[in-house]
Amino acid sequence: MSDLGIDISLTVNGEQVSERVEPRQTLVDFLRDNLGLTGSHVGCEHGVCGACTVRVDGAIVRGCLMLAVQCAGSQVETIEGLSDSGEVADLQAAFEQRNALQCGFCTPGMIATAQDLLAGGGVPSRDEIREHISGNYCRCTGYHAIVDAVEAVALQRAGAAK
Amino acid sequence: MKPAPFAYKKARSLDEAVALLGEHKDARLLAGGQSLIATLNMRLSAPSLLIDINGLSGLDGITAKEGMVEIGALVRHVQAERSEIIAKLVPLIARAMPHIGHAAIRNRGTLGGSIAFADPAAELPACLMALDGEVEATGPKGKRTIKAQDFFKGLFETALGPQELLTAIRIPAATKDTRVGFAELARRHGDYAIVGLAASAQGDGKGLKDVRLSFFGTGDTPSRARKAETALESGDIDAAVAALDLEPHDDVQAPAKVKKHLAGVLLRRVAKQLMEART
Amino acid sequence: MKITADSPPTLSALDRPNSYIGRSVPRPNLARLTQGRGQYVSDVTLPRMAHVAFVRSPHAHARIVSIATDAAKTSPGVIAVVTGAELAKVMTPWVGVLTHLKGLKSAPQSPIAVDVACWQGEAVCAVVARSRAEAEDACELVEVAYEDLPAVTDPETALDARTHVIHASLGDNLCFERKLEAGAVDKAFAESDAVVETTFVFGRHTGVTNEPRAIVADWNPGDQRLTVYQGTQAPHMMQDLFAKHLGLAADQVRVLTKDVGGSFGIKVHTYADEMATVALSKLLKRPVKFVADRIESFVTDIHARDQRVKGKIGVTKDGTITAFEIDVLTGIGPYSVYPRTSGIEANQVVNLTGGPYSCPNYRAQARVVFQNKNVMCQYRAVGHPIAVAVTEGLVELAAAKIGMDPLEIRRRNLIADDAYPCGSASGLKFEKLSHHEALAHLDTMMNYAGVRAEQSKLRKQGIYRGIGFASFIEVTNPSAAFYGVGGARITSQDGATVKLDAQGAIIIHSGVTEQGQGAEAVLAQCVASSFGVSLDKVRVVTGDTDNTPYGGGTWASRAAGIGGEAAWQAGKALRGNVLAVAGAMLQAKPEDLDIRNSVVVDKASGTERLTLAELARVAYFRPDTLPPGFQAELMATRHYVPRAWPFAFTNGIQASYLEIDTDTGFVKLIDHWCIEDCGTIINPQLVDEQIRGGVVQGIGAALFEQCLYDERGQMLNGNMADYLVPMAVEMPDIQCGHVVSPTADSELGAKGAGEAGTAGAPACIMNAINDALRPLGAKPLTDMPFTPGKILQALGKV
Ligand SMILES: Cc1cc2nc3c(=O)[nH]c(=O)nc-3n(C[C@H](O)[C@H](O)[C@H](O)COP(=O)(O)OP(=O)(O)OC[C@H]3O[C@@H](n4cnc5c(N)ncnc54)[C@H](O)[C@@H]3O)c2cc1C
Ligand code: FES
Ligand code: FES
Repeated sequence: MSDLGIDISLTVNGEQVSERVEPRQTLVDFLRDNLGLTGSHVGCEHGVCGACTVRVDGAIVRGCLMLAVQCAGSQVETIEGLSDSGEVADLQAAFEQRNALQCGFCTPGMIATAQDLLAGGGVPSRDEIREHISGNYCRCTGYHAIVDAVEAVALQRAGAAK
Repeated sequence: MKPAPFAYKKARSLDEAVALLGEHKDARLLAGGQSLIATLNMRLSAPSLLIDINGLSGLDGITAKEGMVEIGALVRHVQAERSEIIAKLVPLIARAMPHIGHAAIRNRGTLGGSIAFADPAAELPACLMALDGEVEATGPKGKRTIKAQDFFKGLFETALGPQELLTAIRIPAATKDTRVGFAELARRHGDYAIVGLAASAQGDGKGLKDVRLSFFGTGDTPSRARKAETALESGDIDAAVAALDLEPHDDVQAPAKVKKHLAGVLLRRVAKQLMEART
Repeated sequence: MKITADSPPTLSALDRPNSYIGRSVPRPNLARLTQGRGQYVSDVTLPRMAHVAFVRSPHAHARIVSIATDAAKTSPGVIAVVTGAELAKVMTPWVGVLTHLKGLKSAPQSPIAVDVACWQGEAVCAVVARSRAEAEDACELVEVAYEDLPAVTDPETALDARTHVIHASLGDNLCFERKLEAGAVDKAFAESDAVVETTFVFGRHTGVTNEPRAIVADWNPGDQRLTVYQGTQAPHMMQDLFAKHLGLAADQVRVLTKDVGGSFGIKVHTYADEMATVALSKLLKRPVKFVADRIESFVTDIHARDQRVKGKIGVTKDGTITAFEIDVLTGIGPYSVYPRTSGIEANQVVNLTGGPYSCPNYRAQARVVFQNKNVMCQYRAVGHPIAVAVTEGLVELAAAKIGMDPLEIRRRNLIADDAYPCGSASGLKFEKLSHHEALAHLDTMMNYAGVRAEQSKLRKQGIYRGIGFASFIEVTNPSAAFYGVGGARITSQDGATVKLDAQGAIIIHSGVTEQGQGAEAVLAQCVASSFGVSLDKVRVVTGDTDNTPYGGGTWASRAAGIGGEAAWQAGKALRGNVLAVAGAMLQAKPEDLDIRNSVVVDKASGTERLTLAELARVAYFRPDTLPPGFQAELMATRHYVPRAWPFAFTNGIQASYLEIDTDTGFVKLIDHWCIEDCGTIINPQLVDEQIRGGVVQGIGAALFEQCLYDERGQMLNGNMADYLVPMAVEMPDIQCGHVVSPTADSELGAKGAGEAGTAGAPACIMNAINDALRPLGAKPLTDMPFTPGKILQALGKV
């Protein structure tokens, strides 16, 4: 690494992490290369595909359009963390049941984005679901099954909330 | 596709940011990063230093006073989207917001960044023009105000000096007579538009006055269609369309003649909104 | 919504106790992927692994005068800077030809361009460094001096005498040419009541797999073996090619393919940069990783389609189609892609055009020419979207001309459901298709009469909606006729090995690969059913040339039909073996026993006799208790290759219902239906999702996707902001239905289903657009993608 390296400390999936990073390293590369969290994917590196979607301080962001150095002091959550905590277990189950993934490359980002929508409560319409995932590219499924799965979980959660 | 190396400095104060801009001629300010980091990743730009302004305090507020709404440069798109002040007093921006990118982009992107970046196909610069807003710039000599129509100079080019930051935008608050209209045509939801139109006017009895039509995606900067504005003020939509004096270029999205035609269609739709939107 | 967890089995012949055939069971490997625990090649890291980045030609055609690498070599982190000439000492060049495509020619292609760069994006130098970022830093320091050569970009003039010849050694820019004549074409046209002629244009587009191409090559001089982690559809084919061009024996090469982030035909070819990566590993004696970034993917992943087809159809007043004629021209880049060649797509268009119809008169000509753009080759549904759009476009134009309903003209011309076996005018052989049943099913499912009524009602309100159809046939389960007979070492057979482990569970090793389509689920369902265990007792291993039977992998919709049959048979064979052990243990006749739900039972009464766990315990740990001379065989392998038919054709019909904003030219998709006959349906949910994903790729081609080039051969929109892939908001829900005509060539009777959606969707979108615009007197649109600009132009508004 060049002499530009900067020490950062942050929380990733609840664990305290301290690393020296080059300023040019994006958050998603940091997660994948430094921390081995390969569940966040790299599909375009220019903000369009959404495969790199992770949560920083509670908000979904593009992991390729944030620098790791910008996350000093932040709480970062990746699909690994969301899985281990059980937060998205119902979405994962619905995606599996409904075959809402084929190659699965878009899935971690898709689930993080769907969770962001559903966390707002209520049962979104199919159009609203499509709109919220409009920045997440899936080449395999054609989206229909993904919308089905997200809708099913929304209904399920609304039912459970009653 | 990894950025060329650069140094990174998180500015602790506006003064420090201004000073750093002075010390490093090819430094770039980093706001939401939703445009800048993509261009860095593609090595379309290779600054030696990034000055991160995200930590600067006092730049993330939305306030209304004395008939103006002030929006701090670091207000994120999502914040504007959810702001009651904007919904009520800057309804044009509220209408434009959902068209900008996608949820994850809007969580990071800033209004200041969007206006400073001055993408000719972006919604917010056009809204600022339509609303006769102004930009507050802060530099070594302090603050100055630049009217929107003087701010956008050319393709991705603004009136900001090399050592200046955009610190806020200010927009006259909507009154009961204010009418706004917004429409854009994008192939896919959240894409930059092929053509868009942000408009404002004052209701004047049965007619309109102070019509401001600000097109985006049709030139190097957001473009006012002044002859069409005059025609609309006299209530003649057909004449307004005929008078559209835009000169779009061909781009990968659409040839110039298609853009020109679509601009006319949008003008009709937005004119209807302006005329119908009686508050 | 309905989550279909399960549905009753539909097939009596395959309906063994606890059969999984015909059931929508979830795929076994999904939890790994939903949890982000997949292992894609881009995730792989190895000790001492280096990263390669390539300096790529900014010119479409240029002589490489000199390459100065000194500055790059001293850049931080750099391990090596390697030119084409240097790499040529490690790896031999290749030529993409097939002998059964007579006359097809191409020039030798090297992993890195040696003297001449032939397209914008071709690698001219490699930089290997500790990190990808450092490799890219050094790429900027490599100085290449180019001398511009004339760029050949327009296929229409590529063969003109005054056009520069790209490969002087070939004599001209013609790659391949084919002519076909069947029946009495001129006479048929002369006797027609109406003849329609038009030119169809298909935009160049590409696969845009979400995970770009990725490869990690690891040459280990210690054991003289090369291990390659590659996101590929055909591991054994790649093993063969790596070995051949590095001068190794095939057994010195191991190709491993775990999770692949989408393929669609993109990942079944030989890519120069991937070959270079392998050669660099050999040269540097350490693992080297290459992950294409999105920008280089756009100029190096194979492109496809890009054809101009002049088409002509004749009809009589009663709607009988009298003849089809086509003239195909396509530019495929500077090289025919190895080893499948770039002649196949045009060749398929010739084969498939007119295919659903009984019309005997057909004339076709196809010319495939070289040009200085990125290479083109096979992408999902090779040739089908073109042939279907040309055929179905002509049929609907003819129907409009004689004032006949578009479904009615099809009813009058589609091959009768009782006419099989039969052939097409182009010489295709059909075992059993179901065009009419599919059409009737569609008619009902979409409520055609109702949709038409709504359409005409809305027209009166100035709302322009269109309904379009596309009948289609699809090539699946290819035999050796596809590649093998042409001399390519691409196997059409596939194998499966099934073994019983020491606790009574089943492990399958298969030569087909999982690209996300659900191959592993299908294999597990086949074996669970034919052997007799529940699905949770089956584990599937694919994508490892050291450990799976030799196989072709995944392409041309073959995994379920061919790989599935091999697995089905292997499961049956193992059941026989296991029942022999059970017979010995129980002193019963094996033929009186069966295996159900992991238990050996009396076949007649179902009485439980012995669990597989107990049987395995005895067979593995107490074989001394088995009768003398009896040897338990707890592993069985079977192979399968289609022999009776060159291809198992499938068929179907799609319909699109859409609305056009006639002011803006924007198209809104309202509904989409697809009826498909892929023979035995092993897993209905997986079939439907193949269709849906495929339809959306077809919609992309029809409305959005195009690699735009300028006349100098520069790609203008090679990024994901400007190259428009279909996203969620603009796509419709897609309704699927089925007809089942199993192939008798295999016991399973399954044909493929991977490409039908892509094959038919562009045609029915086109037809729906033209149906919507017809009352406005618009000139029919036949130039894909149908952008707002083109629609406005057809309407005379711009
Ligand atoms: C997939 C995708 C889709 C998008 N779609 C749209 C869309 O439809 N419409 C749209 O308008 N935008 C769109 N965007 C862009 C998004 O809105 C950006 O956030 C915005 O354009 C830039 O804001 P930013 O805060 O991210 O700025 P940055 O990317 O941080 O900066 C952009 C430029 O502005 C400069 N800058 C930033 N802040 C200041 C300041 N305060 N003073 C001076 N200079 C400054 C930076 O130095 C840089 O040169 C999209 C982005 C992506 C990735
Ligand atoms: S990799 Fe970040 S959006 Fe594509
Ligand atoms: S499942 Fe492959 S990209 Fe979505």
